Amino acid sequence: MTARTLYDKLWDAHVIRSEDDGTALLYIDRQLVHEVTSPQAFEGLRMANRQPWRREAMLAVPDHNVPTLGSRADGIEGIADLVSREQVSTLDNNCAEFKIVEFKMNDIRQGIVHVIGPEEGFTLPGMTIVCGDSHTSTHGAFGALAFGIGTSEVEHVMASQSLMQKKAKNMLVRVNGHVGAGVTAKDIVLAIIGKIGTAGGTGYTIEFAGEAIEDLSVEGRMTVCNMAIEGGARAGIIAVDEKTIEYVKGRPFAPKGEMFDKAAAAWLDLHSDAGAHFDCVVELSAAEIAPQVSWGTSPEMVVPVAAKVPNPETEGDAVKANGMRKALAYMGLEAGQAIDSIAIDKVFIGSCTNSRIEDMRAAAAVIKGRKKADSVMLAMVVPGSGLVKQQAEAEGLDKVFLEAGFEWREPGCSMCLAMNADRLEPGERCASTSNRNFEGRQGQGGRTHLVSPAMAAAAAIAGHFVDVRNF
Amino acid sequence: MQAFTQHTGIVAPLDRPNVDTDAIIPKQYLKSIHRTGFGSNAFDDWRYLTPGEPGMDHAKRAKNPEFVLNQAPFDRASILLARENFGCGSSREHAVWALDQFGFRAVIAPSFADIFFNNSFKSGMLPIVLSAEIVDKIFKAIEVSPGLELTIDLEHKTIRGLGDEVIEFNVDDFRRYCLLNGLDDIGLTLRHADEIKAYEARRKVDAPWLF
Repeated sequence: MTARTLYDKLWDAHVIRSEDDGTALLYIDRQLVHEVTSPQAFEGLRMANRQPWRREAMLAVPDHNVPTLGSRADGIEGIADLVSREQVSTLDNNCAEFKIVEFKMNDIRQGIVHVIGPEEGFTLPGMTIVCGDSHTSTHGAFGALAFGIGTSEVEHVMASQSLMQKKAKNMLVRVNGHVGAGVTAKDIVLAIIGKIGTAGGTGYTIEFAGEAIEDLSVEGRMTVCNMAIEGGARAGIIAVDEKTIEYVKGRPFAPKGEMFDKAAAAWLDLHSDAGAHFDCVVELSAAEIAPQVSWGTSPEMVVPVAAKVPNPETEGDAVKANGMRKALAYMGLEAGQAIDSIAIDKVFIGSCTNSRIEDMRAAAAVIKGRKKADSVMLAMVVPGSGLVKQQAEAEGLDKVFLEAGFEWREPGCSMCLAMNADRLEPGERCASTSNRNFEGRQGQGGRTHLVSPAMAAAAAIAGHFVDVRNF
Repeated sequence: MQAFTQHTGIVAPLDRPNVDTDAIIPKQYLKSIHRTGFGSNAFDDWRYLTPGEPGMDHAKRAKNPEFVLNQAPFDRASILLARENFGCGSSREHAVWALDQFGFRAVIAPSFADIFFNNSFKSGMLPIVLSAEIVDKIFKAIEVSPGLELTIDLEHKTIRGLGDEVIEFNVDDFRRYCLLNGLDDIGLTLRHADEIKAYEARRKVDAPWLF
C-alpha cells in the first residue's frame, strides 16, 4: 500500500462518495454548535421540515455572548444585553426542540466550544469534527480532521451528517529540536505564522510535527492547531501518541473498557507513514524561536520580543508595504520602535487558544507574589470552561490572580472577539492571549498584541512587553 | 439559492490584502438570529465615522467619505475587487450575507481564504480567483475609468469589459453546475441518503466507538 499522510488517512476513512471533479461527500462524526452561527441553520431545518440526521453527534453550548461577570445562577436572565440574550435563548429553544444535548450557561460544564469538546471526550482521535467557527482546527491536536464551516454547512451537516468537500493539499510543518525555557506552544505557532504568512496554508491541511511538537502536552498541541487557521489552513493536525490516548482516557464521552482499548489500538495508526508525500514542507528550528509579540493587524505581523517594529519602507512587495503602513497607523506604532518599549492598557488571558488549565498555571507562575502595574487599567483572566475554573480554584490560582490585582471571571469567549460586554475602547492597547489582532477585533479602535499567557502575565506586571525569560 | 449565470456590473476597488470577515461584518451584528438585514453594516467600521450597534438607524449615521463604497459610482458597484487572501479569519457566513445584501454578486481577488470561498457559493455569490497581475491591471483600469463595468459569464468562465481582453477563470465543475442552476446543496446530498446510511453501517463495524 502506498504511504499516506495522516490527512490522507482521515480523508479516505470518511469519503462516502466522489464526484467526477474530485468533490467528495465526506461523513462528519461530530458537530459542535454555539449560539452565533446556528440560529439560521436551525431555522433552515424548520423551513424545510427536516430533522437532524444524528442528534447524538451534536453538542451545543453558548459561549460567544455569555457575560463573564456576575453569577451564572441566574441563567440567561444574567445577560444584560437583550440582543445577546435572545441569541442564547434561541439556542436553548432550538436544542430543546430538536433534542440536542446542550450545556447551558449555568452548567458547570459550559465553556468555549473548543475547550469543552476535548474536555468532555466528545472530541476523539480519527474523527471528522466541524463547527460553525474557524477555530475548530483546535481539535486536530487529537489526530482528528477538524475544520470550521459557515452556517449553510452547519445546516447541511445537521440534515445529512455529511459535507461536500474538495480535498486540500498536504503541508508538513516540522519544528525540529527543542524550544528553550519560557518558549511556549503559542510562541511556536506565532513563529510558524510569521514564517508562512497568514495565507501560507490556504488550500492546505497542515500537519505539525517534529520534536518540539512531540514535546508539547496535548493542551499545547491544541494551541498550535487552534491557530492553523491564522496561517490560512482550515485544518491543522498532529499525530496521535501515548499522550493523546492518556488525555482522552476516562473522559465522559470517551469509550470505556474494552471498547477504549480497541479504539486506542486503532488510534495509534493515526500518523503519517514514512515516505508519505507532502506537497509542501516547511521547517523551523525550535531553538531559534523566542517569545513572540504581534505588532500589526494580521497574525503574520509578528516578531520576537527583543525585535523592533518593522519598517514598511524596506519591504520590497508594494502590496505588503501598503498593508504594513495601514497596520502601523491603526496600531499607533512607529517603525523601529522596540517591542519591549510598548506600554499596554489592558491584559486579556483567555480564548480558545489559551484558556486551559496549563495556560492558567503558566500565567499564575509568572504573577505569583507580584502586582499588576498601576498603569494597566484592567487585567482579566477568563478560564475556558466551568471545569477549568473549578480546577484552577482547587489549585489556588484564582487567589494568585486576585492578589496581583487581576480579575478572575466566568468562562466564555469574552474579549477575544468582544461580542459580550468585555471589549477595548478606541485606542486602548491590549496584551492578549487570543488569536486575532484584526482591526476592531477586541472592540472598535482597539489595538491587540498577540502573546502567550506567560508573556501577557509579565506584561501586566511590567506595564509593557518584556521577555518573560529574563523576568 | 439564487442562480448565477451572467452578471454585468460596476467594479469597486478595495485596495487591501487580507480583508478579514471581522472587517466585512463586525461582531456586534452577528447577534442577529436572521439571515437578512446585514447589508447596511457591510464594512461597518470603515464605512461609518461613528460606532454602530444593532438596532440603530444606520441611514442616519455619518458616512466616511474616504471609504470607496461611499463614493459614486462605487456605491452602486456589484463586483468587488480586492487583493490577496480576501475573507480571512472567522468562519461567519454573515460576511457573505452582508456583501450579498449590499448588492455584490461577485468578488475578484488573487486569493481567498478557504472558508469564505466555500461560504460564497451557498448564497449564489461567485468568488473569482485571478492572477495578481490581472487583478492589478483591473485596479489600474478603474483608476483611469471609475465606473468600469465587467461582464462575468459563468457558463463560459470568462470576464469581458477590460478593453478587448477576454479574461478566463476557473471554477470547479460541480460548484459551477450548482451555481448555474441555483441548486440547494442539502437537497442534492439527501439524494444519496442510502449511501450515507451504508457508510454508517460499515463504520459501526470498523469503528464502533464513533457511534
